[in-house]
Amino acid sequence: MPVFAAALALLHLIGGAALAAPGGDGRVVVEYWEKWTGLEADVMQGVVDDFNASQDRIFVRMLTVSRMDQKMMLATAGGVPPDIAGLWAMYLTSYVENNALMPLDKLAREAGLHEDDYIPVFWQMCRQKGHLWALPTTPTVTALHWNKKMFRAAGLDPEQPPRTLEELEEFNERLTKRAADGSLEQIGHMPQEPGWWTRDFSNWFGGPVWDGGGRLLLDQQPSIDHFRWAATYPQRFGGDDMNRLRGAFGNFASPQNPFFNGKVAMIVQGVWMNNFIRQYAEPDFEYGVAPFPTPAARPGPPVSVADCDVLVIPNGARHPREAMEFIAYTQTRAAMEKLCLGQKKFTPLREVSPGFVENHPHPYLQTFIDLANSPNVRPILALPTVLQYSNDLATYMNLLLLGRLGPDEARAALQERQQRALDQKTERWNRVKDKRLARWRAAS
Amino acid sequence: MTAREKERLRTGLLFISPWLLGFAALTLYPLLASVWFSLCDYSVLTEPVFLGTENYRELWRDEVFWLALRNTVVFAAVSIPLGTALAIGLAVLLNQPVRGRGLYRTIFFLPSLVPAISLAILWQWLLNGSVGLVNEVLQWPLSLVNLVAGTSLRAPDWLNDPSWALWGLVLTGLWGAGNAMVIYLAGLQEIPAELYEAAEMDGANAWQRFVNITLPLLTPVIFFNVIMGLIGSLQTFAVPYILTNGGDGPGRSLLFLATYIYQSAFDYWNMGYASALALVLFLLILALTLVVVRFGEKRVHYAGR
Repeated sequence: MPVFAAALALLHLIGGAALAAPGGDGRVVVEYWEKWTGLEADVMQGVVDDFNASQDRIFVRMLTVSRMDQKMMLATAGGVPPDIAGLWAMYLTSYVENNALMPLDKLAREAGLHEDDYIPVFWQMCRQKGHLWALPTTPTVTALHWNKKMFRAAGLDPEQPPRTLEELEEFNERLTKRAADGSLEQIGHMPQEPGWWTRDFSNWFGGPVWDGGGRLLLDQQPSIDHFRWAATYPQRFGGDDMNRLRGAFGNFASPQNPFFNGKVAMIVQGVWMNNFIRQYAEPDFEYGVAPFPTPAARPGPPVSVADCDVLVIPNGARHPREAMEFIAYTQTRAAMEKLCLGQKKFTPLREVSPGFVENHPHPYLQTFIDLANSPNVRPILALPTVLQYSNDLATYMNLLLLGRLGPDEARAALQERQQRALDQKTERWNRVKDKRLARWRAAS
Repeated sequence: MTAREKERLRTGLLFISPWLLGFAALTLYPLLASVWFSLCDYSVLTEPVFLGTENYRELWRDEVFWLALRNTVVFAAVSIPLGTALAIGLAVLLNQPVRGRGLYRTIFFLPSLVPAISLAILWQWLLNGSVGLVNEVLQWPLSLVNLVAGTSLRAPDWLNDPSWALWGLVLTGLWGAGNAMVIYLAGLQEIPAELYEAAEMDGANAWQRFVNITLPLLTPVIFFNVIMGLIGSLQTFAVPYILTNGGDGPGRSLLFLATYIYQSAFDYWNMGYASALALVLFLLILALTLVVVRFGEKRVHYAGR
C-alpha cells in the first residue's frame, strides 16, 4: 500500500507538472474529474467557464476521466483524489461505506442548499446513512419510448401507448414480424433491449430487490413476478431467435440503433434518448414517450426509476471549501438550467424558470418531470455490491432469456449468491460503523 | 573472498541495483503483499482486516471461481495443441522451396502483429452471428449438408451463445499462430539437411521424414512454445474482455481466472479475495509448467547431446 500510494503520488506530480496550473495569479485550483465526454462534457465545461469568470479566487479545472468508479477509488486510496468528482448515484453506497467521501451536510447548509428546493427522489438519492454525500447535476427517469410508424404499420393507434403490461404484450405480438425462414425480423419489445434497468425492473411488479439494509428481496413477489414475466419471452419468441436478432443490432449511438431502424418498437429509455434520436435517426422518425406500464393487477400512479449524475467531494480532497463553492454554484437555478438545457434534460430542482419547459427542445419533457414527481418513482438500486449484483444478474438473466434456466431457479441462485456477497459487505461495514457514524455526526 | 572479488561484487551489485530496486518495489513487494492481502478483507480504500483463510474457503464454495478455472483450463487444453499443430504445419509448408516464400511467410506472420485490442474488435465482427464473415464462409457447406441430410443446421451465434463463445475465442487465438510459426521456422533451419538426405536414400517418404526427423529435432522449440503458450493462455484477459465489451460473455462462458481477478479487485472492491485468486492462478501456472517440464525431460531431443 505505501509503495502503491507513492507510485500514484509520483504519477500525480508528473501529471500536475505537465498540466501547468493557470493559477499563477494566486487562484486556488480545484481539480474536477468528470465521467462525461462529448456534448455532456462540453456543456459542463461551459458551466465551469462561467464559474471561473464569475470570481477571481478559485479556478476549477475539469478533466474527463473514463471508468470513474475505479479511478476515483484508486486515486482516493493513493491519497491523491480530485477535489470534486462527477459520479453516478448508484456507486454512492460503496463509496460511503468505504469512507471515501466527505459528508456535505454542514457545507451544504452553509451554502444555503435545502432539501425543499429539490424533486424529492433526487435529494433522497444523495443521502445515505443519515447524511448528505452528494449534490445532483443532471437527472433522468425511465419511460417507455415507442416507434409510431411501426405502430401504424401494425394497425395500432400510434398515439395510444399500452396502458397495462398485458396490453404491451398484446401489442408486442402484433408488432413482431418473422421472415420466411422463421427468424425474427423485428420485435415489439424485449427486456434485453437495451436491458439497462434489469436490476430495477421488479419495481414495475411492486417493489425493489433490496431493503436498503442487509437483505435482498429476490424471494419476494415483485421479483418472482419480474423473473416469470421475463421467462415468457424465450417461450414466445425463442431464445436463440432473439439472440440472432440482437446480433444484427448496431451501436447505441448510431443510425443502426435497433429502435431507430425499426427492429424494436417499444423500449425503456431515459430523458437523453431524444438527443440520440435527433442525431442518428431519420429526420421523419416519429416516437412517443409514456410511463412504462405495470401489470393490470397493480394499478396506481406510474412507476419509474430515477437516476442521477452527482457531484461529490472525495475524502482527502485538498480544497473542500472551494470545491463546495463550485458545487453550490452548479445548484443555482441559472447554472443548473444551463447545464440541463444544454444536455437537453430536465432539472433536479423543484422550481424552474418560466418558459424552461415550453422552450425546451425535448418534446416530451413534461412526461419525464411528471414521472420524477410520481409517488411511485424509485431511486436506482445503490447496493454496496452493485457491480457484483449486476454481473450476476446479467448472467442469470441471459440464461433465462435464452430459455436455458427457469425463472425460479435463476432467482433462487441469484438470491443465494448475492445475499452472501451483501453479507460480506455488511460485515465489513459493521466492523467500522460506530466509529464512522460518530465521526460523520461530529463533522455535520 | 579476496579483496578484489569483494570489490567486483560491489561493482556488480551497484550496476544491477536499478533493476534490483525495481524488482523489489514493483514485483517482490506486490507479490508478498498480495499473500498478506489474500488473508484479509481488503477493499483498497480501508485498512486490511485479517480474516485467516476465509477468502480461500469462500473460493472453495464460489461456483464462479470453479467456472473461471474450468474455462481457463479448457481454453488452454484446446488452444495450445491446436495452435501448436497449426504453427508447425504452417512452418513446415513455408519451409518448402517455393517461389515467393518470403512473401507467404510475411503474410502468415502479419496477423500476429495486430495488437490484442484491435484483434478483439476485428473478431467481434468476424464472429457476428448474423453478418459475420466466419458464418458467411460456413453458410455454404452448412446449406449443402442441410440439403443432403435434410437437417436444419445453422451457423452458431458465436459470441452470444454460451455453448459457442469459448470456441469463438479459440478461433481468435489461432489468428496469432504466426508468432510461433516464425520460431518453428527458425527451428527447422537448425535441422541438418544430411539427415533428410540419408532418410531419403533409405526410402523414407515425406511423412516418415516428418515424424522421425523433423518432429524429434523440433522438440526443444515445441517445448519452449508450449510453455510460453501455457503461461499465456492461463493468463488470458484482454481479448475476451474486449470481445465481450468488458464483460465475461454469455452465461460467463468467457470468464477466465484473470478476468475474475480483475473484476474482484477493481469492480467489486474485494482486493483480498482477488489476491487469493491471483495466488491460486500463480500456483496453477507453476504446477502445470513443472508438469510440462517433467514430461519434456525424456522427450525433448537436443541436437548437441
